[in-house]
Amino acid sequence: MRKNVGALYAFPIGLWITLFFVVPISVIVLYSFMAKGLYGGVVFRFSLDAYRELFNAALLHTALTTFLLAAVSTLLTLVLALPAAYYIARSRFRNTLLLLIIIPFWTNFLIRIYAWIAILGNNGFLNALLLRSGITHGYAHFLYNRYAVVIVLMYTYLPYAILPLYSAIEKFDFSLLEAARDLGATRTQAVFRVLLPNIKAGITTAVLFTFIPAFGQYAVPQLVGGRDSFMLGTVIARELTVSRNWPLASAIAAALTVMTTLSVLAFMRLNRSAGELIRESVP
Amino acid sequence: MNRSKGGVPLFAFVVTAVFFYAPLLVLVCFSFNASRTMTWSGFSLRWYGELLFHSADLWHALGRSVIIALSSSVTATALGTLGAIGIYWYNFRFKRYISIASFLPLILPEIIMGVSLLILFAAVGLPLSLFTIFIAHVTFNLPFVVLIVSSRLDEFDYSVVEAAYDLGAREWDALVKVVLPISLPGIVAAFLIAVTLSLEDFVITFFVAGPGSTTLPLQIYSMIRFGVSPVINALSVMLLAASIALAFLGKGVYRYIFQR
Repeated sequence: MRKNVGALYAFPIGLWITLFFVVPISVIVLYSFMAKGLYGGVVFRFSLDAYRELFNAALLHTALTTFLLAAVSTLLTLVLALPAAYYIARSRFRNTLLLLIIIPFWTNFLIRIYAWIAILGNNGFLNALLLRSGITHGYAHFLYNRYAVVIVLMYTYLPYAILPLYSAIEKFDFSLLEAARDLGATRTQAVFRVLLPNIKAGITTAVLFTFIPAFGQYAVPQLVGGRDSFMLGTVIARELTVSRNWPLASAIAAALTVMTTLSVLAFMRLNRSAGELIRESVP
Repeated sequence: MNRSKGGVPLFAFVVTAVFFYAPLLVLVCFSFNASRTMTWSGFSLRWYGELLFHSADLWHALGRSVIIALSSSVTATALGTLGAIGIYWYNFRFKRYISIASFLPLILPEIIMGVSLLILFAAVGLPLSLFTIFIAHVTFNLPFVVLIVSSRLDEFDYSVVEAAYDLGAREWDALVKVVLPISLPGIVAAFLIAVTLSLEDFVITFFVAGPGSTTLPLQIYSMIRFGVSPVINALSVMLLAASIALAFLGKGVYRYIFQR
């Protein structure tokens, strides 16, 4: 009898998530196999045009750029986040330091992007400083290129990398490091052969939290990127609102969904405890 | 043990902290600048005045954001809490489907949800409005609520609920008198997170908002697209102060209720 009660509890959420998540995703997949309508929308006729366009050179190039930008910012984020998380986990003031890292991220996401526009923009702080001190004459273009995108992506996702790394390192038994040193390992060896393998779940989660949202970014390349940093998210929005090619927008979105889901599954398989850490570090 | 404390980790932490705070510090300083440019030319509260008295659009947008945040968070918290209880403690058909489908939105890039909802609304002919934003916000908040409430349920023993049944409680009594009180800290935390996420969201809202339903992030977006403006500097500082204050307030309220 109690079985029915469980279904009763879960029925509303099941209905909602079906109507507004599962159905829309299915509609996207369906639309990606339709012909393009003249003014947006689709014509209900089976067509593989969208997928043909998906594999044209320009779009593949964008996909590659997107991958590289996401990968580079994830890598740089990790390089900074790992030792920073280590320092926090080993500090006596860990709660304060952790708060220090989290506070800037209570600010609105767009304001965080804007802070970089105010610094790097043509009439921004850095240009004003350089012009005044006579180092440059005329504006230097710091913004609207791939470097700006990487910096802002790092700025956006660094805390999401630090938090899971921190909770993994905090659980690590540091006497293992001492044991490694006592057995003759150099400091570098101890870190790479003992510490890193033991916090694999934390690293996996940090990569997941950084790479996937960076890969699907829309706002950052739109606001601080330029011609060299078109990302897939930008293209989806353009096809949807400007070019009005809905089947193509749907096909890109569907491809993005499949790639993301597959990479998450692969990561989870790689490391089962990553699932646990995701639970811990989300709120 | 102490030898591993300095060096690279300390350096990385300092770099991270500077990287985090330097941009915000620049915003704070220049929000008090007398001139329009990013060159310092004296202290002034002019831009705050402009923000408070000549930016009606922004305040309307804030009003809409608050309405959406409260309504969508209440709905998401209610649906998500019941769902979490059902998924966590019971077995039923489609349980696996529901638990996976309500976790997936968490890992997909935001733009997917925005695009797919926009296409759905267009397909069924629902005009874009505050209502479509409400639907989108409930949807992206649900996974967070389920996650947070079920991690609260994790800490409890089902035998408490069984004891209630054994003592003759009906289903409704067990829910209202045992299960909900047990999960209350999780429910409140989930609600607070949902409000925050809703106030914050730009990408998904961008796709499902129609004319006349501009929320605060959308309004900010349309302002910052055109580069530096001293009014946005002032706005940033006020938002920064407000969100820090709200975060501490939220934490304080939470502590006051649950950890006395």
